[in-house]
Amino acid sequence: MNFDLSDEQKMLGEQARALLADMSPYDRLRTLIDSDAEWDEPLWRALADMGFLGAAIPEEHGGLGLGSLDLGVIMEALGAANAAVPFMSSIVLAAEAIRLAGSEAQRAAWLPRLASGEVVATFAYAEGPGPVFATGATLKASRLSGCKSPVADAGIADLAVVLVEGGHFALVELNQPGVKRTRLDSFDQLRPHYRIDFEGAAAETMPGIFMLERLVDQAAVQAAFEAVGAADACLRMARDYAMDRQIFGRPLGGFQAIKHKLADVAVATELARSNAYYGGWAAESSPDDLPAAAAAARLSGIRCFEMAARENLQVHGGIGYTFEANCHFYYRRERMLAVHLGNRAFWADRLLNVQPGSQVKAA
Amino acid sequence: MDFNDSPEEAAFRAEARSWLAANAPAHELPVGVAIPDTEEADRGRAWMRALYAGGWSGLTFPKALGGRGLSGIEAVIFAEEEGKYHLPKGPFVSIGTGMALPVIAKHGTEEQKARFIEPTLKGDITWCQLFSEPAAGSDLAGLRTKAVRADDGSGDWIVNGQKVWSSWAHLTDWGILVVRTDPTVPKHKGLTFFVVDMKTPGIETRPIRQISGASEFNETFLTDVRIPDANRLGAEGEGWACCMTVLMGERLGSGAHRSGVEPLLGYAAATPDGRGGTMLDHSAIRQQLAEALAEEQGERFFQARLRTMVSKGENPGALAAMVKLAYASRYQRTNGLALELRGLAGIAAEADDTATGDVQYDYIYSTVMRIAGGADEVLRNQIAERVLGMPGEMRMDKDVPFEKLKG
Repeated sequence: MNFDLSDEQKMLGEQARALLADMSPYDRLRTLIDSDAEWDEPLWRALADMGFLGAAIPEEHGGLGLGSLDLGVIMEALGAANAAVPFMSSIVLAAEAIRLAGSEAQRAAWLPRLASGEVVATFAYAEGPGPVFATGATLKASRLSGCKSPVADAGIADLAVVLVEGGHFALVELNQPGVKRTRLDSFDQLRPHYRIDFEGAAAETMPGIFMLERLVDQAAVQAAFEAVGAADACLRMARDYAMDRQIFGRPLGGFQAIKHKLADVAVATELARSNAYYGGWAAESSPDDLPAAAAAARLSGIRCFEMAARENLQVHGGIGYTFEANCHFYYRRERMLAVHLGNRAFWADRLLNVQPGSQVKAA
Repeated sequence: MDFNDSPEEAAFRAEARSWLAANAPAHELPVGVAIPDTEEADRGRAWMRALYAGGWSGLTFPKALGGRGLSGIEAVIFAEEEGKYHLPKGPFVSIGTGMALPVIAKHGTEEQKARFIEPTLKGDITWCQLFSEPAAGSDLAGLRTKAVRADDGSGDWIVNGQKVWSSWAHLTDWGILVVRTDPTVPKHKGLTFFVVDMKTPGIETRPIRQISGASEFNETFLTDVRIPDANRLGAEGEGWACCMTVLMGERLGSGAHRSGVEPLLGYAAATPDGRGGTMLDHSAIRQQLAEALAEEQGERFFQARLRTMVSKGENPGALAAMVKLAYASRYQRTNGLALELRGLAGIAAEADDTATGDVQYDYIYSTVMRIAGGADEVLRNQIAERVLGMPGEMRMDKDVPFEKLKG
């Protein structure tokens, strides 16, 4: 057993963190919000230049052919920075959907351009309030109809993988007459969401079937890495503030009410990180263990980031409620991450359904 | 990263498995049948002897001291395989191997090592821990049991005081004991560490009637107990360093035997919901149990990370406290939930409903887990201070001679 990241993976994480520290400081996030920006395009280009976009895309399609843990290390850094890029939509979901379910021609057509960042894609699955994996959209005779909403990053996406009737995936280019995109008021101000109406849009079917669970399990692991990175950033921010802030003649961080709160966040974060590692390992090396590993990673990821985002703002007190402080980026993103890809109830149910030994029947 | 055994680890596991298959079944305790504690202790010694004879004692202990000098990972593998059998491995074994041996190995003289280590590995000497007192628990260094030199020039020590929560003190051979030898210096500096033969005149153990109904813990009264200076571990006044060695062992060792979430899934599934299904069909129950299961999994993989650190020669330090902190509260929360989902039958079960008895016991016992071996609040302080680097507590007792302290 060697349950640690490799030296190469640790180095990859350091490179990602260094790039993000340089290009995506909090003031940059404020500028993006103030300008109603769709995304941080220069950062996306830089991620492409570093090879991060193609990290998990096979080498024959222009990527680096690395695995889930390598991708996870990048996701963790993106989560920590609260970066405004469509990495989850374009790389973790859409590119992986094409790799899993696409035809050889579809892979050859799109994966190299997704790896280079030249094309941005998204994965359209929800159809309004309720369970997020909805299949009301229809694909008939290469024409796509229906409404997907909300869809992350759809304003800048050139391409969408769309979940349709029967659990199939449709591949559709978004710059065409049969596609109408309407920007919604996104709770996460750094991740725009859209309503997309497909009115007989030209679309291709993707030949791979029954790939939704695999795709979502893998993405859940990546979401857990993102949540762990964000929770860790909140924890460090809260700790640093509490150490600096003087109150009643001593540092705020000297009070047990604060120490114990942050200790609990630290525990939840380390347990979630451990589940994310296992999920990444299972995705790469032990696919039979992936469903349970992904569900556990997802649940503990949601939990740690929820605690961290809330308590970080709480520790800051009134200043945490200002736009000038940095707590709100995470406070908003946390809710988005908690519901995208299915909420806690969905993943709790899934964990009990797939956990070996847990399909217990009444005596 | 590789979660599977390396070829060497797989070979070690196969070796352990085959030895256990040949030797463990004869030592297994009967399931669901209470046996007298004297018999349990005897069986514990017999298993220790079997382990020693088979070369499976003191796996991580240096070879020079009678151990096998293996890595932490190999000890984990053996514990995993051994855990598949219901063996007599209570505190009467683990206090010796997990607490007494590390402190003797680190602070003992060569003569003390020769005298205690091998007999402990063999099960010939079993140990209890004489640390906590009625007024010294989380603040252990506030202990009052005192030792003074005998006035006969022998160099012996005369000990008077009271210890509490000494598991199995009535059946074990020796105790590890920390006492105050100098009340004129600040409290951490006036302590000295001893090993004491539990048959020494003046030692009286009385069982404590616990809220579980069981009495595995004792209070131990020490009245003019004479301890030769040869049984002092470390120098006079260095008792606190010895205690730290012991308590680190307790932290890393705690949790070898755990009640997990999985049996509670079965318990929920065996409880009707009155609508033709079971309580496991209900999302409120599913969500709480699934979250507990996810946390339990995370803890398992977190421990794997800690073991990897240990195998690379890194010290996990206060990170190890996270495991117990998470486990103890979850243990209480999930068993409390189980009693609740059972309905009123969770409170008063029919005689053949042993599952409810187990849940009730675990719910009662979970209170111990949250207090013993570092209370939740102590662990949170440790994590905040040593992992997150936050300030230590404001103290009223710093640099104050013990005898000047209030209380």
